[in-house]
Amino acid sequence: MPKTAIQASGLVKWFGEGEARTTALKDVALEAQFGEMVYIVGPSGSGKTTLLSVLTGILKPNAGTVLLEGVDIWGLSADQLADFRLAKIGFVFQDYHLFPRLTTAENVAIPLILRDNDWGESIREAEKYLDIVGLKTRAQLYPVKLSGGEQQRVAIARAIVDQPDILIMDEPTASLDGDTGVAILSFVRKNVLNQDRCILVVTHDDRIYEFATRILNMEDGRLKGSEKSSA
Amino acid sequence: MKGILKLAYKLLVNDQAKFSALLLGITFAVFLMMFVTSMFSGVMTHASSTVINIGAPVWVMDPTVETVSNSVGMPDYVLDAVRSMQGVKYAVPLYSGGALVKLADGNYQSVTVIGLDDTSLYGRPDLVEGKIQDIYAENGFIVVRDAEFAKLENPHVGSQFELNDHRGVIVGTARVATSGLYGLPTLYTTYERAIQYIPNPRYTISYVLVEPKSPNDIPRIKQQVEALGYRARTKEEFMKRTEDFFIYKTGGGTNMLIMTLMSFIVGLSISGQTFYTFILENLERFGALKAIGTKSRDLIRMILFQASFTALSGYGLGVGLCVLLIYLAKLRLPSYAAMLTFGNLAIGFGLVVVIAAGSSYAAVRRVLRIEPFDIFRG
Repeated sequence: MPKTAIQASGLVKWFGEGEARTTALKDVALEAQFGEMVYIVGPSGSGKTTLLSVLTGILKPNAGTVLLEGVDIWGLSADQLADFRLAKIGFVFQDYHLFPRLTTAENVAIPLILRDNDWGESIREAEKYLDIVGLKTRAQLYPVKLSGGEQQRVAIARAIVDQPDILIMDEPTASLDGDTGVAILSFVRKNVLNQDRCILVVTHDDRIYEFATRILNMEDGRLKGSEKSSA
Repeated sequence: MKGILKLAYKLLVNDQAKFSALLLGITFAVFLMMFVTSMFSGVMTHASSTVINIGAPVWVMDPTVETVSNSVGMPDYVLDAVRSMQGVKYAVPLYSGGALVKLADGNYQSVTVIGLDDTSLYGRPDLVEGKIQDIYAENGFIVVRDAEFAKLENPHVGSQFELNDHRGVIVGTARVATSGLYGLPTLYTTYERAIQYIPNPRYTISYVLVEPKSPNDIPRIKQQVEALGYRARTKEEFMKRTEDFFIYKTGGGTNMLIMTLMSFIVGLSISGQTFYTFILENLERFGALKAIGTKSRDLIRMILFQASFTALSGYGLGVGLCVLLIYLAKLRLPSYAAMLTFGNLAIGFGLVVVIAAGSSYAAVRRVLRIEPFDIFRG
């Protein structure tokens, strides 16, 4: 029986006060299991990014609870929450956010380094993950020498190098051409998703929908039902 | 090095353009600060050269004396009175004054003449040529072999000159710890000969040099001298008084302060601005690190490490550059008045710490303000 990775209910999040108040999340509930690759899709301004931030402990909701692997993350202190994110969640950002002055291997090793692992060992481990994403020969290059698709793979390697249980991908194909985007998500589905990992993808790129195990529609701050389930 | 600090180090030094600009700014600022304060220290040391070279622990003088080179003559009874004071082991007179020497080629040269107590020769210099007892010989003078020595046409034992229509003969050459400030050669002779050869006002004792029975007697000696209407100052107090005169009454201190402040402001603005730009360029990545799970205090540690590393490297380079320049200058001008003291180093270090703190303050505030949510929003 699949275990629950993410369990959120009653999520409400608004910005501003009085007449300027905008409600980004309106009583959102979501559940995702390990082994699932869940897409949250919807138009710009529908609340996808806000939801992602609330689910990962980055943005505190005004109401509602978020349980990640059974832990109520908004009941944790700031330091505990930071430690939890570092240990359990991997992030692939829309713009990658790779450090241009660090080599590819050093960029990938960052989560390990942040967890006080030895520098040399972290780099060696990072090189293994670069091998997994097919960039072993690029380990000593700086990100500026890599193509967009390669940078995205580096970002993925960085996100999974510490073997997180939950992987968050924010608009992973926004900066890529169509073929590369499809190739990247195909790779993630085949090589990164497993029964001990849950992947949450925010996107509005319908060319990569085929790789989702489930797609949730977000509209005007509300999650609509599952559009597709292939888990 | 801890991983997170090595990460900070690599982020800093791998951005070679910014790191170089930061280093250059701080190095230049430290160099200027150190150089200005070193010059001032050098000048101060040279200004107190007579006090240092004579080495007496207590100096009795007229209350109006502000620097050792501007003595005011005291009557002979002061010497007798000091000798009879409680706590005084012994006291001797010292003459210190200027004179004009006519050289063999007919040229005139200003000199400083030090007249030592005839009986004890207290405060005599180390001789490198000749015998000290020859100072008692007819017209005997000892010349100091320092950077100004050549102005007396490189005299040797037996060289003659004319001083106020009196014949002078060099009977020895000596070395001293510090040469004078005003670029004048120094001649040592006996007190009696000095006041005999050099035209003087009625009172001829420039200073009474006192050896106390013990350091504990100094306060009591001071009180007794003050009751007499004069002042007794320790060697250190006299040097400090000379220093204060140059700092507060000549504009030298103000100039040094202005130069040091300007160097500090230049350093702070260059490094502060460059460091802040460096942080701004990496702001989103710092935000990404926050999102990944880096604690704010770890980000602060990274920034402080980067600022401290740059500041300390710049400090080392700046001090090194200053030492090199002083060394090169002293090769050419042996009495070049610049000296690095622990005090200068401490002042420079303190200002560099302020530069590092100032540079990192704005950066830390900026990094702490960034929300990881902004990173998701792009």
